[in-house]
Amino acid sequence: MAAPLALLLIVAVTIRAALFRTSLANLISERVEVVSPLNAWKRVVEGLALLDLDISPYSGDVFHETPMVIYLFHFLMDYAEITFMGAGVKFSSLHLVSQFRKQKFALEADRIPMDCLELIRSPTEMYYIPLKVAMFYLLNPFTIVSCVAKCTCGLNNAVIALFILSTMRGSALLSAIFLALATYQSIYPLTLCVPALLYLLQRLYIPVNVRRSSFWFYTLQYLFMFLGSLLVLICLSFFLLGSWDFLPAVYGFILSVPDLTPNIGLFWYFFAEMFDHFRLFFLCVFQINVFFYTLPLSIKLKEHPVFLIFMQIALIAIFKSYPTVGDLSLYMAFLPVWNHLYRFLRNIFLVSCVLLACSALFPVLWHLWIYAGSANSNFYYAITLLFSVAQILLVSDYFYAFLRREHHLTNGLYLKKKDGSEATLVLK
Amino acid sequence: MAIRRLKHTRTHAHACMLQTPLDDFQEELVIRPLHSGDIYASFQFRTVWDADFMGDQKVSHYRLFPKSLGQVITKFSVRELHISFTQGYWRTMQWGQPYLPSPPGAELWVWFQDTVTDVDGTWKELTNVLSGIFCASLNFIDSTNTVQPSASFKPLGIGNVTDHSFLRYATLPREIVCTENLTPWKKLLPCGSKAGLSVLLKSEKLFHSTFHSQAVHVRPVCQDPQCRTTSMELRQTLNVVFDLHTSGQGKREWSLFKMFSRTLTEACPLASSSKVYVDVTDNPQFELSPATPLLTQAVVLGDRRTYSVYDLTQQASFGSSRSLNMLLRWKAADGEMLRPLLHSERYVAGYGLQAGEIHTLIYNHHPYRAFPVLLLSAVPWYLRLYIHTLTVSSKGKDNRPSYIHYQPSKDRERPHLLEMLLQLPPNSVTEVTVEFERALLKWTEYTPDPNHGFYVGSSVISALVPSVVAMDTNSTLDRPLFSSFFPCKEEASYFMRVYTEPLLVNLPTPDFSMPYNVICLTCTVVAVGYGSLYNLLTRTFQVDEPSPGLAKRIANVIRRFRGVPLL
Repeated sequence: MAAPLALLLIVAVTIRAALFRTSLANLISERVEVVSPLNAWKRVVEGLALLDLDISPYSGDVFHETPMVIYLFHFLMDYAEITFMGAGVKFSSLHLVSQFRKQKFALEADRIPMDCLELIRSPTEMYYIPLKVAMFYLLNPFTIVSCVAKCTCGLNNAVIALFILSTMRGSALLSAIFLALATYQSIYPLTLCVPALLYLLQRLYIPVNVRRSSFWFYTLQYLFMFLGSLLVLICLSFFLLGSWDFLPAVYGFILSVPDLTPNIGLFWYFFAEMFDHFRLFFLCVFQINVFFYTLPLSIKLKEHPVFLIFMQIALIAIFKSYPTVGDLSLYMAFLPVWNHLYRFLRNIFLVSCVLLACSALFPVLWHLWIYAGSANSNFYYAITLLFSVAQILLVSDYFYAFLRREHHLTNGLYLKKKDGSEATLVLK
Repeated sequence: MAIRRLKHTRTHAHACMLQTPLDDFQEELVIRPLHSGDIYASFQFRTVWDADFMGDQKVSHYRLFPKSLGQVITKFSVRELHISFTQGYWRTMQWGQPYLPSPPGAELWVWFQDTVTDVDGTWKELTNVLSGIFCASLNFIDSTNTVQPSASFKPLGIGNVTDHSFLRYATLPREIVCTENLTPWKKLLPCGSKAGLSVLLKSEKLFHSTFHSQAVHVRPVCQDPQCRTTSMELRQTLNVVFDLHTSGQGKREWSLFKMFSRTLTEACPLASSSKVYVDVTDNPQFELSPATPLLTQAVVLGDRRTYSVYDLTQQASFGSSRSLNMLLRWKAADGEMLRPLLHSERYVAGYGLQAGEIHTLIYNHHPYRAFPVLLLSAVPWYLRLYIHTLTVSSKGKDNRPSYIHYQPSKDRERPHLLEMLLQLPPNSVTEVTVEFERALLKWTEYTPDPNHGFYVGSSVISALVPSVVAMDTNSTLDRPLFSSFFPCKEEASYFMRVYTEPLLVNLPTPDFSMPYNVICLTCTVVAVGYGSLYNLLTRTFQVDEPSPGLAKRIANVIRRFRGVPLL
C-alpha cells in the first residue's frame, strides 16, 4: 500500500514540477476557468505589493483573500510552488477515509437479505479505494492545472480534506477547527457543519432525536467549538491590519458578486444581463440556492452522513458564486469511494462525454470571443450552462444510485412483481 | 486765495482717483509661425476683478468681470478654477511647446477655499453649474472620474495651501468642442465679440483648424507689491493652429484675413492694453508687413524670442485703411527647430480583450542635464491595474521612482490614481509600464456605441525643465567673479506641463439583446438541479405494478359489489 502511494506521489510531484518550469505556467494562471477574482495568484501578489506600499490591500477592489493568506504568503512567497504541491499531497492522506467503510460493513452485515451479498463490497475491493482516491485527485487534469496556476483553492481543498479526515477519526475539536477555517476562507463550507455533526453523533451512538437531551448537549458542544474557532480567526484577522475592511472585501464580495469576470459558474452572465431593479432579489435567490438543500438532504440521508458530505461539496462546487475547476476536482476525487454504485448509474456515459466536451470547448470559445472576435459571449455562456447541467446530472445520478442500493439492501436485489415476473423499480 | 483753490482741486482730483474702480482688462494675440508650415495663434484676455476674497466682504458689484462666473466663484467658495476644452492633440515634436498646454477633451481642476465643509458635494454642484454656463456635458463628471492629486496640481495663484483635500481634478476625454461652447465663452469677455481682438473669433474659421483649445483660468493675484490685498484674475485663452495644406493655396503665406477671414479695426475701448505680437525670431526666412518699429524680446519656454509688437490702442497701427491685416510671406526654407526638451507618448500594448499594458514614454532631450518629473495617471476603474507589474526603465536599466502615491480604484466608485516622481537621465527615454485587466461591465453601464471603446484620460507630466538657451556656464561677459560662480540666471528653468495622448480601449461586451433569454436559461439550469433533487428527496422506490386495463377495472368494481375475490 505504501509503495504504490509513494510512486503515485512521485509521479504527481514530477508532473507539477515539470509544468512549473515551462511557459505554460504563465498561460494557465491567466485562464478564467482555473482562477477567479477570489483565488488568483496574481491578486495575492498584488495584495502583498500594496502592503509593501503601505496601502491596505482591501482599499482597492483587487484583493479578496482573507488576511490569513496574507500572513501565510508573506513568509512563504518564495516557496509558493512547494506550498501548493504540499497541499495537494496532503489531500491524499484522505486514504484514511477507508476506515469508516470497514465499520459500516460490520454494522450492516446482519441486516441484509441473503441475495444482496453481491452488493456488499469485499475488503479486497476496499483495499484499493484510498489509492484510487489519491490517484483521482492527484492525476486529475483539473487539479494539475489548478496547482500549476497557484490558485488558492488548492489550499481550501486541503483544509476541507483535513476536516473530513478529522471527522472520520472522531475528533470533534479538530473537526470544528478545520471547518471554521474552511468557512473562514469561503462562506459556503458552513453547510458541512450538519453532516459532520450527524457523523459524530452516529459514531457515539447518540440517536438523532430532538427530544433527547444528549443530542442537544453534543450539538451545542460542537457548535460552540465551531463558532468559537471562527470568532478567534476573525479577531486574529482584525489584529493583522487593524481594521474590519476585510469583512466587506471578502465576505461582502462573495455574497454580493460585484465583479462579473467570466468563469465556469452561472452567476456572471446572469448578473451582467440583469435588470437593476431585480438584482438584489435574484442575488438572494441564487445565494439561498446553495444553502437550502442542506436541510432536506440531511433529513433524507441522516444515516449516511459521508454521502451527505459528498453531496454538499458537489452542490457548493456547482452553485457557488465564483467556481473554478479546483472546486470540481474536490468532489470528483471522492467518486472512487462509491464505485460500487456503478451498476445503478444511469447517465454516466452521457455525463462523462458532456464534461469532456465542455472542458475542451471552454478554451476554444474563450479564444473565439476574446481574441479572435468572431464569437460573442453567448458561446462561452452556453458551454457554462452545459457544464453545470452535466455536473447536476452527475450528482443526481449518484444520489439515485445510492438510494437505489439502499432500497435493495433492505428489500432484496432481485425483486419480483405480484405475478412472479421480474420487476422494475420506479420512483413514485 | 489762488493757493487755497489749487489745494482744493488737488484733493478733489485725489478723491476721484480713489473712487475709480480697479477692474482691469488686457487683451493680446501672439502669432507664431511653426516649422511645419502651420501657424499658431494664441489669444489671451485678462480681466482683473477688484474683489478681495481673503476678507469677508460680500461682492455684488460687477464691472468688467462677468457676473455669471463671479456668482459661481462666490457661491461655491472657489479659490482657483481651471477649465479647458480642446479639440485635437498638440503635436509637440512638430510644433514645439504650446504657451498653455491642454489635454484633448475637457479638463477641470479646482482648488476650493478652506471654508468648504463638504468638498465632494460642492464639486458636484459646481460641475453641473459650469456645464450650464459653457454648454458642455460636464455633468458627466462624477466620482468615477474625479481624483485628488497629491503633488501635481499646485495652486497657480497666490496662497500656500498644502491640504490637497480641497483639490479636485477631472477630465472628460470624449468631450467634443464646437460653436456652442465658443459662444458662451465669448460672452464672458467685456467687449463680447464686437470690438478688439475678439472680432477675429469667428467659428467657421476657428473650427476649420488642426488644433483648437479654449480655456478659462481664474486665480487670486496680488494687487500691490506687498500683497496686502488680493484680487481675482480671469484669463481666457484660445489657442488655435491652422494647417497649411487644408487652408488651400500651395505657397506658404499667412495673413490675418486668411486665418480668421476678418481684419482688426479697433481695440476694445474697455481694454487698458491691446497688443498683437508676431514671433519674428526667424525673420530672415519671412517678411512681415506692415512693418512696425516696436520690438520686444522675451524668454519664453526656455528660448529667447523676438517679437514685433502692434499696439492697437495707437491709431497709427491701423494705417490709412483703418484696418490691420498682417501678412507673412516666406522667402526661404526654415532652419532647424529647437527640439523640445520634454516630450511624451503613451500607448496600449497587448492583444485580445482580457488584458493589456499601458506604456508611457517620457523623452528627455536635454544634452547634459537630468531633471525630475511628476507623472500623474488617472485610469478608470474598469481597467484593473496591477501595481506589482509597474516597471520604470531608462536606457534599459531599472529606474526606481523616489515618490509613489497610488490610490487603488474601487469598482464603480473611484478611478486609479498613480503619481510618481521620476528622475529622467539626460538624453534618454524613460518607459513606464503597467499591466491591466479589462472588466466585464453590467449591460446598462456600456455607452450606446460600446464597440467604439472606452477613453482613458491623458496622463499629466509636470516638470521644472532646465532651459538650454538661457543657461550659460561658459560666459565671457564682463562680470565680477563673485557673481558668476553659481549659475543663477532668472530664466534658468521654467515650469512645463505635458499631456499625453488619451487612450481608447475596448472592453469585452455581453450580448445586449439577451437579458430575457439569459435569465430564462440560467433559471432553467437551476430548476433542473432543483427538480432532480426534489424528485429524489420526495419519492421512494416502488415496484412498478402495471395498472390493469379498463375492462378488468370495471369487472373488479362489479366483483367488489358481489363480494367475490378480485381479478
